[in-house]
Amino acid sequence: MTINTLAKGGWHREQMTCFQKMEKVIVAMQDPDMGMKMRNQRLLITVIPHAMTGKDIIDWLMQNYNINEEESLHLGGFLVQYGYIYPLKEPRCLVLRPDESPYRFQTPYFWTSTRWPVSELDYAIFLAKKNIRKQGELMEYEKERYSVLHKRINHTWDFVVMQAREQLRASKQRRKADRIVTECQEQAYWLINRPPWPLNAMICCSNTIILSVRAYVLMCRFVKYSEQYQNHDPIMQGCLPSNPWISDDTAHWTMNAALVPIPTRLRVERWSFSFMELLSDAMGRQEFMMYLEKEFSAENLCFWQACEEIRHGESSKIVEKVEEIYKNFLAPGAARWVNIDSKTMDKTLEGIKHPHRFVMDDAQMHIYFLMKKDSYPRYLKSDLYKSMLSKAIVPQETKKSVFPFVRRQRHSSPSPAQAAEDSRSKGPQAGSD
Amino acid sequence: ILFIFEQYFCHIVLSPLIPEMATQEVQLNETLAHLKSESESLKSKLEEERAKLHDVELHQVAEKVEGLGQFVMKTRRTLKGHGNKVLCMDWCKDKRRIVSSSQDGKVIVWDAFTTNKEHAVTMPCTWVMACAYAPSGCAVACGGLDNKCSVYPLSLDKNENLAAKKKSVAMHTNYLSACSFTNSDMQILTSSGDGTCALWDVESGQLLQSFHGHAADVLCLDLAPSETGNTFVSGGCDKKANVWDMRSGQCIQSFETHESDINSVRYYPSGDAFASGSDDATCRLYDLRADREVAIYSKESIIFGVSSVDFSLSGRLLFGGYNDYTINVWDVLKGTRVSILFGHENRVSTLRVSPDGTAFSTGSWDHTLRIWA
Repeated sequence: MTINTLAKGGWHREQMTCFQKMEKVIVAMQDPDMGMKMRNQRLLITVIPHAMTGKDIIDWLMQNYNINEEESLHLGGFLVQYGYIYPLKEPRCLVLRPDESPYRFQTPYFWTSTRWPVSELDYAIFLAKKNIRKQGELMEYEKERYSVLHKRINHTWDFVVMQAREQLRASKQRRKADRIVTECQEQAYWLINRPPWPLNAMICCSNTIILSVRAYVLMCRFVKYSEQYQNHDPIMQGCLPSNPWISDDTAHWTMNAALVPIPTRLRVERWSFSFMELLSDAMGRQEFMMYLEKEFSAENLCFWQACEEIRHGESSKIVEKVEEIYKNFLAPGAARWVNIDSKTMDKTLEGIKHPHRFVMDDAQMHIYFLMKKDSYPRYLKSDLYKSMLSKAIVPQETKKSVFPFVRRQRHSSPSPAQAAEDSRSKGPQAGSD
Repeated sequence: ILFIFEQYFCHIVLSPLIPEMATQEVQLNETLAHLKSESESLKSKLEEERAKLHDVELHQVAEKVEGLGQFVMKTRRTLKGHGNKVLCMDWCKDKRRIVSSSQDGKVIVWDAFTTNKEHAVTMPCTWVMACAYAPSGCAVACGGLDNKCSVYPLSLDKNENLAAKKKSVAMHTNYLSACSFTNSDMQILTSSGDGTCALWDVESGQLLQSFHGHAADVLCLDLAPSETGNTFVSGGCDKKANVWDMRSGQCIQSFETHESDINSVRYYPSGDAFASGSDDATCRLYDLRADREVAIYSKESIIFGVSSVDFSLSGRLLFGGYNDYTINVWDVLKGTRVSILFGHENRVSTLRVSPDGTAFSTGSWDHTLRIWA
């Protein structure tokens, strides 16, 4: 593997193969029959289940791979160094000790290979949690990164702190043993996977590889996005039944109008690409609202929509709209009360005293991410969505005209300005989007 | 290697120096100096190699992606009606109407599908360099040498003069180069030759936020299609592309790799990146998460500047309108030029892909607009 192969991305395949091989070992170690015997380990006054000693690890490796103690220690050392096994005592010291020191398997959620690319946001939230939990608990390098991140993603810092508080609050409700375990897992993960800046010349090999892999994975996003949307790109793949500009037939537009009885299949598929795709399609939003109504959480989407109207609406209407939102969604005993964490609620209520365009931003973001992480994935698995997908039309491709020089009549369409005027004259009952 | 040198260093410094070997001491110091400079040069070489490793180019990653076949795109409509150079155009959300503006002060709203003109306004100034369609489809905004951005509600009353209901929204101290509505008809983002961008409330004409940071005229802008919807990018004559936070007015990222004025910026559909077109005859792709340029779209045979760029719906194709009257179509992933389109008889000044990606429109100094599909 020369520098040239490295530059061409050859190393990535090599690195990933290593991870796959390590994971095979780890899975074998946890096999119910042939795997390691695990027991409860005592850490100070708490008892941690499913732990093993360093000596156990080495013995198992020796037995199962037919290697000597030195080699076993060497191999086991890598498993610890790459985060598949982490020490319970002295968590910052990623070394395998051939004695009674307790170790635990890292949960697959935190495997380096599953969590790429590492998110700056996640790391910021982790550091914020540490900072909040105990002031001054951050290590020197963590303090550095914390201030770099604070500058870099300053515009979402409120969100970071809010998420950190939420996660801490949620973890307080768990049993102490579980909490310690999760903290250890997280600490071990970030020890290995922390974003590698600020940089200095004395970088160790793994850091360089991580940098390169990160860059590689970021580039892959473009490939993935283009592949996902390729069938939806009319210039690249054509569109059904035909491209109106080429055939002079507006059927494609009619079939894909804002609200149709039955949408096309491509359109319904697109709703599954991202939450934003679903919300930006009027029909998708309508379907999602129906789903939420069944789940008795429609107030979330209503709240989000009301907040959007403040953000993008007339300045003169901000005060009255904020009052409406408070009445309907935030006041104690409100008809459609939304579930926001107390910190955000307090901040929002304080802000409402002097309403401005962005006063609902935090609350809106909280509800948005709640829907995105919770209701949206469940909607995609629901019968409502699946039946819509199966009902959806796949238009027949229009055969090219036998006499191509005979031009079809090009029909005009009602101007949006006309539609707006019509609805205005019909009165408020004829409400449009 | 560096470790070894540092250790050697320490060893020399720490080992006791015997007084009799004074001459040796001098030699030792010379050796130290020599070693120090060698270690510095090794350090910078290491940095170079490291930089090579993590500056992976997009086309390297895209090697395994299937190449694109031949592209057949033709002019499907030609819109004639402007009496002078067409400078700007924008699509309506209904996917078929467009607004265009020209040097002679005329702003025309067309149904591009039927090629019928539906509205026409004569501005009180010449060189209307910016125009935009409102999201509702009920109004258009435009401006240019008058240093202002005005909003015209579109009335269907044939007798009504659109200019009567005109609303002056933005005020700059130099020409208006670009304008765009945000998610609603209520706010407009503008960029100007005065070096600033600004966000305005349409109803009151109030300035909501201003954006300072460019060192010269700002020529273009584009709003980010993101979930939280709070950023935009601008390009200027200072060769810089800046990404701004709309709430705070701060510049959160800045890119300076072009060699000349940036005439056009456009976000990649996912919002993670943006493309730029410049007088240096190249288009470039900047990745916001990697915080650097990740692709250059250029060819030795392309000499004239790019005036306008836009992506196809999937982001796989990048269309560029050039000052040599042509349109070049680029494979965004592989960095290769897929196709060159001829048709206009003077420079292409503006280019936009339609909202549903079925076609793209170009405006030219040859007084016409063309729809390509």
